[in-house]
Amino acid sequence: MNRHEKEEYLREYEQLKKKGKPFFPYAIAKDGVMFVLVALIIVVMSLMLGAEQGPKADPTTTSYVPRPEWYFFFLFELLKVLKPPWLTPVATIGIPTLCMVLLLLLPFYDRNPERRLTRRPIAAISGFFVIIAMAYLTFLGANAGSPTEIEAKVPASLEEGKLVTAQSGCLACHQIGENGNNGPGPELTEIGLRLPRATIARSLYIGPGIMPSYAGLPKKKLDALTEYLASLR
Amino acid sequence: MPDIEKLIPPPLRRPAKPGEGNGNGNGNGNGNGVVDLRQPTEKNGSAATEELKGKLKDSPADVVGWVDERTGASNIVTALALRKVPKGTNWFYTLGSATMFAFICQALTGVFLAMYYTPSPVEAYASITYLTNEVFLGEFVRGMHKWGATVMIILIFMHMARTFFFGAYKYPRELNWVIGVVLIILTLVMGLTGYLLPFDQRSFWATEVANNITASGPFVGPYLADFLRAGPEIGATTIQRFYAIHMLLVPGLIIGLIGAHLFLVVKLGTTAPPWVHASKPKSLRRKDVG
Repeated sequence: MNRHEKEEYLREYEQLKKKGKPFFPYAIAKDGVMFVLVALIIVVMSLMLGAEQGPKADPTTTSYVPRPEWYFFFLFELLKVLKPPWLTPVATIGIPTLCMVLLLLLPFYDRNPERRLTRRPIAAISGFFVIIAMAYLTFLGANAGSPTEIEAKVPASLEEGKLVTAQSGCLACHQIGENGNNGPGPELTEIGLRLPRATIARSLYIGPGIMPSYAGLPKKKLDALTEYLASLR
Repeated sequence: MPDIEKLIPPPLRRPAKPGEGNGNGNGNGNGNGVVDLRQPTEKNGSAATEELKGKLKDSPADVVGWVDERTGASNIVTALALRKVPKGTNWFYTLGSATMFAFICQALTGVFLAMYYTPSPVEAYASITYLTNEVFLGEFVRGMHKWGATVMIILIFMHMARTFFFGAYKYPRELNWVIGVVLIILTLVMGLTGYLLPFDQRSFWATEVANNITASGPFVGPYLADFLRAGPEIGATTIQRFYAIHMLLVPGLIIGLIGAHLFLVVKLGTTAPPWVHASKPKSLRRKDVG
């Protein structure tokens, strides 16, 4: 905006303000109605939905799927869209940081003095695109459950490992055969072919990348888990 | 009070405000320090009333006047209340104050939760169980805090969308947009740090993943994750760290930034909707069309 445009805006704003109404009681009345509405919504949600307490935190089991609060679903789903491991930092840090910087600097690169949306096609399109993308990713995240069963048949000796795998939340991020989510983690259907047993054990122990470490599991469970995963080929 | 006034030599006495009293400081005509309204003949009636008002400002009887004389608050309050909002202001303009109201709800319910919560891995879960099941209205207040967070997040994003689509971040309100974006980031940090505190399975494993995500960042990522975790794994120090961030650091920052945000809103005024225009004189309008 050049000086002329700035002055023109300030002049017009001054006129609009002269024609406006005083904050009290007109604007504050709307705010007051909104306060009551917000308070009611919070109270009703609290009464209807309550605040259930999950099972106590326990590093030795992962009977609960690690899932963020719903307003982080879009970030979590981004990890599934950008699945290759070398893209993980892009999804975890790169895109969120880029979005934050773009948002912060918005008034500095959008210097168009026009405010009507119909005359700001780029702003309108990118605004609606971001909203739709975030809504879509949140919707995906809300619907991505974590199966706790693996259908593929295994010999009896591996049954225990299969059970531990199914109950430890692995399927929230990995696909095994027909079960589980395809991402953010790599598919495990043939992991035994790609990685030696020792590497699998080490991965479970240290938790590479964003995967949580399973070092807290009892040794017997951890061994069964490793055995089962190494047998997948 | 008047007796003390009498001890002060006249040149040092508090001067009357313009339009108040008899222009004679607090020194009064009849010399006994009490204004006698039964003798209106000696003075003009309204002047006596004015003088009585002046007296009351020195006594605890007129609290508002007393405070106002010392702070000038009535000028500020009047200016704030009667300032004009531009033509066309509609319901979309309530989203910001609604977000602030949700934050106030979070602060209040948070104070009550803090009365019962113990930030340690051994006791955190049990203290939440006690709060939820035993404390009067405990589950209700915890529910309000939990769902209030959701409401606040929705409102703050709607407020940002309104600002974006109305072009309200443009000159002269650029700085207020920047403050608003920082407030959104801080609100998300509140959501993230609050998630660990109940210390149930979901909290623990989600925080584990969130921390690993932080660690995957370039350069500072691993150090930041170490700082947050405060040890090799999530435990006592992590909870205390998240607790301090969640209820001291970030709320303090949010309150300060809301103050700055509101200051700029009052100073610059709220925008008019982009489709509302000041009507121009007819001659100009014809020129626009032609």
